[in-house]
Amino acid sequence: MDAQTIIARRVAKELRNGNLVNLGIGIPTLVANYVPEGLNVFFQSENGLIGTGPIPEQGMAHPLLTDAGGKPISALPGAATFDSAMSFGLIRGGHVDITVLGGLQVDGSGHLANWMIPGKMVPGMGGAMDLVSGAKRVIVAMQHAAKGKSKIVVKCNLPLTSARPIDLVVTDMAVIAFPGGKATLQETAPGVTVAEVLAVTEAELAIPDKVPEMNLS
Amino acid sequence: MKSVSAEEAVALIPNGASIMVGGFMGVGTPERLLDELVRQKKSGLSLISNDAATPGKGVGKLFEGGQVSNMIGTHIGLNPKAQQQMLGKQITVDLIPQGTFVERIRAGGCGLGGVLTPTGVGTLVEDGKQKIDVNGKSYLLETALRADFALVHAFLADYAGNLTYALTARNFNPVMAMAADTVIVTAEHIVPVGVIAPDHVVTPGPLVDYLVANG
Repeated sequence: MDAQTIIARRVAKELRNGNLVNLGIGIPTLVANYVPEGLNVFFQSENGLIGTGPIPEQGMAHPLLTDAGGKPISALPGAATFDSAMSFGLIRGGHVDITVLGGLQVDGSGHLANWMIPGKMVPGMGGAMDLVSGAKRVIVAMQHAAKGKSKIVVKCNLPLTSARPIDLVVTDMAVIAFPGGKATLQETAPGVTVAEVLAVTEAELAIPDKVPEMNLS
Repeated sequence: MKSVSAEEAVALIPNGASIMVGGFMGVGTPERLLDELVRQKKSGLSLISNDAATPGKGVGKLFEGGQVSNMIGTHIGLNPKAQQQMLGKQITVDLIPQGTFVERIRAGGCGLGGVLTPTGVGTLVEDGKQKIDVNGKSYLLETALRADFALVHAFLADYAGNLTYALTARNFNPVMAMAADTVIVTAEHIVPVGVIAPDHVVTPGPLVDYLVANG
């Protein structure tokens, strides 16, 4: 299983029946492919839709029905559309149960940086700051390391997305939560040892007595 | 409400005007007005738009000929031209959180001085802004945003200027239709009064100054 699939499958296990969920671009988008059977989850697209469906078949796309990247999507039965004030009212107002975002860095106290690399990448924060400030649960889905460098750092040196800490980060190697504001290893990916996780984690990581393996079934 | 051609509508917009343009990555953008802004070579525009779309699409068209002097938006990452012009300091771009962007416009359209939002507290976004504590929680005071012109794209417009929108092409359009001195609208279909039921009107006709004729 490749890194992205491990992450997306594990994040999908966090979804609960009836949840309203916002998925960011990149790895988070893949989570929709692994919703457990029988679970009814509503996906929001922040450009104004609850009830996003799969990419339409050839010839079935509508130019006025797209995801936040402007790509054609479909709407499921029961879908609802609304303007951007409503969309961000849902986000900031705590009506979104789970937001899943990509990350550049997550630090030992659970703070996220994911929108800017000063001098290099300045695309704008889009909806990320509102999502992290307002959603009930914030999950970051990202690779554990990039080019051999840990993305789980002691303290973010990139600009923060929000002063609010995230709830969970799921990587290709581990699941980490932040009880009491302290990064704590929850699970390891299949075939990955605790020592291997520690070797590529810059932040200090609390290790409980038992660290189960991720369930990716 | 007055019916005009796209050419007449855009002729109303002077160089240096501030324009709010509806759309999200070019979806729900009044493309005919953008084409006309390019054709009439309007320059020095202050653009208020969620994003810079992509080259050749929506407001993305305005960056090719350097028609924008400054922009307020939330994301320009998918338009390399806009990025280049920002990094080369040919244009200034004020990037703000999307929820803040839409609420500032909503405030501008609703007669409010601004809004208090928790988004951006403790980040670069709070620089230079007033922080206000309400019931023990910190908020940023984000001031209202208005423009000289709003360029709006609807799905249906009736002869009285009542508007409805379609699917994800609604986005910022109804909010912007409240927040400009002059509101210019294009619609996919222009229909007789009565086709849009009163309960289904999203933007009431009196908000629309100019409806661009189709065909």
